[in-house]
Amino acid sequence: MSQFKELTLQGLWKNNPGLVQLLGLCPLLAVTATVTNALGLGAATLLVLLGSNIAVSLVRNHVASEIRIPVFVLIIASLVTVVQLLMNAYTYDLYLSLGIFIPLIVTNCAIIGRAEAFASKNPVLPSAIDAIMMGLGFMLVLLVLGAMREVLGQGTLFDGADLLLGDWAKALRVEVFHADSHFLLAMLPPGAFLGMGLLIALKNVIDNKLKQQKTVEKGSIARARITGAAQ
Amino acid sequence: MSFKIASSPHQHNQRSTAHIMRLVALACLPGIAVQAVLFGYGVLIQLVLAIVTAWLSEALILKLRGKPVFARLKDNSALLTAVLLAIAIPPYAPWWIIVIGTAFAIIMVKQLYGGLGNNLFNPAMAAYVLLLVSFPLQMTQWLPPLSLQSVDLTPLDAVCSIFTHYSCSGFSLPQLQANIDGITMATPLDTLRTDLARGLTLDESLNRPVFFAFAGTGWLWLNLAYLAGGLLLIQQKIISWRIPLAVIASLFVLSAIATLAAPDTIAGPLFHLFSGGTMLAAFFIATDPVSASTTNKGRLVYGALIGLLVFLIRNFGGYPDAYAFAVLLANMAVPLIDYYTRPRTYGHRPRSELK
Repeated sequence: MSQFKELTLQGLWKNNPGLVQLLGLCPLLAVTATVTNALGLGAATLLVLLGSNIAVSLVRNHVASEIRIPVFVLIIASLVTVVQLLMNAYTYDLYLSLGIFIPLIVTNCAIIGRAEAFASKNPVLPSAIDAIMMGLGFMLVLLVLGAMREVLGQGTLFDGADLLLGDWAKALRVEVFHADSHFLLAMLPPGAFLGMGLLIALKNVIDNKLKQQKTVEKGSIARARITGAAQ
Repeated sequence: MSFKIASSPHQHNQRSTAHIMRLVALACLPGIAVQAVLFGYGVLIQLVLAIVTAWLSEALILKLRGKPVFARLKDNSALLTAVLLAIAIPPYAPWWIIVIGTAFAIIMVKQLYGGLGNNLFNPAMAAYVLLLVSFPLQMTQWLPPLSLQSVDLTPLDAVCSIFTHYSCSGFSLPQLQANIDGITMATPLDTLRTDLARGLTLDESLNRPVFFAFAGTGWLWLNLAYLAGGLLLIQQKIISWRIPLAVIASLFVLSAIATLAAPDTIAGPLFHLFSGGTMLAAFFIATDPVSASTTNKGRLVYGALIGLLVFLIRNFGGYPDAYAFAVLLANMAVPLIDYYTRPRTYGHRPRSELK
């Protein structure tokens, strides 16, 4: 159970693929203009990551280590093709709006990173949990960034959620405020970089605060300095 | 006895940062006055909004960073950024334009890089680009000079139209932009650009009422006023002559050659020098001591690069005026320029002799 907890903490916070490992930045920055796109790509990445971690973990003892990377890439590529065809079939509009970034999941370093660093060394169950937690962590970052950019850029949330979730999701659309002129920068690539930087900064601030609290709770032992001149 | 080891500059004069910044801001006054008289009082309201926003955002971020608030506010650098941005944007732009711009300039471009002296980019120009990219419509609605406007604008009208998008008598900005014949007028650079795109020749375009002598009505005086302020700064030794001279000279030479080669499509050097933001940018913006090149040779290269970029973007690029883009691009080149133009240290041999 403690391993499960540790994996959760690692994936969602301490070793978050988006905020700490800074892996998969290309899709992260490119498709987060709206929450819907972020959710779509996050879910696709999560599915691929889960499948690849399980598959890699299953074959880990049968693959010679010299050719492991091509094998991992093949596994990931086939899974991405599956996800791509599924999205093409069931969420066609979202498939169109995500465009090239669905096939590009193959090159998402977060996925091959987990395959190499975790799944190729661990049994199936922990690998699956690791995949879910890492995927969720990545998706959360996508969602927060998408929400920031969508609110700033268009003043809405979940605009076009029906593309992903079906017609009922039209009710999800929230208009936070109405503006005649949109803040285009938030929707453009620079907005993604600025937003990402601010998110990382926020995480570091929270971490520092937590660390400070911990040291205060522990209580520091005051030591008298006996050697050298204290300046 | 201990010697204090400090980095250059080792020679000091009595001027503090606050004093220099204040003088630069004061040297903008002739230009601001001309703009207020010829183009209406909108610029004054923008100035007030910008300065208040700049002080508030600077105070906020200094507080967050745990720095002394009042001491840093007193160095007037936020004030100068606010002034430069306020005179660069269209004077009748809605109030939130200048508020967003100034807050971005101070918080993102200046303080997040570490505050005064550490910013890579010129804060006012980075904010200008942010606004131009984000709100292209509002950032291009320049009113024609008062003498060409069909509606008389009072100072109160400036307040109304900045805060409510309509003048007190109910005219919207596009209506105010129209002249007596009902034709919408833009800035001289914009008009020229549109006309050339429509297939008119340079001479046909220059007959329009927005042009006067060899530049735009009103814009000529505006640029002359900034030129006067800039020359005062050089005389006071606040800025070096190298950057303004290089900007002006490279723009002059390039457009002189180009207009000889293509007299019907590229305006002459005097038009380029006295239109848009040339003088303001050459003397007040490009000379920002933090983001500009710091070596003497480098300053010439830096200024010439800005002139070249402005010439290229104005004549062949997507925007009528381009100082903000040119300054930011040149800012990016500054580390490289500084590296290759390092002066020889006293007592060392020039690099060419080192084998």
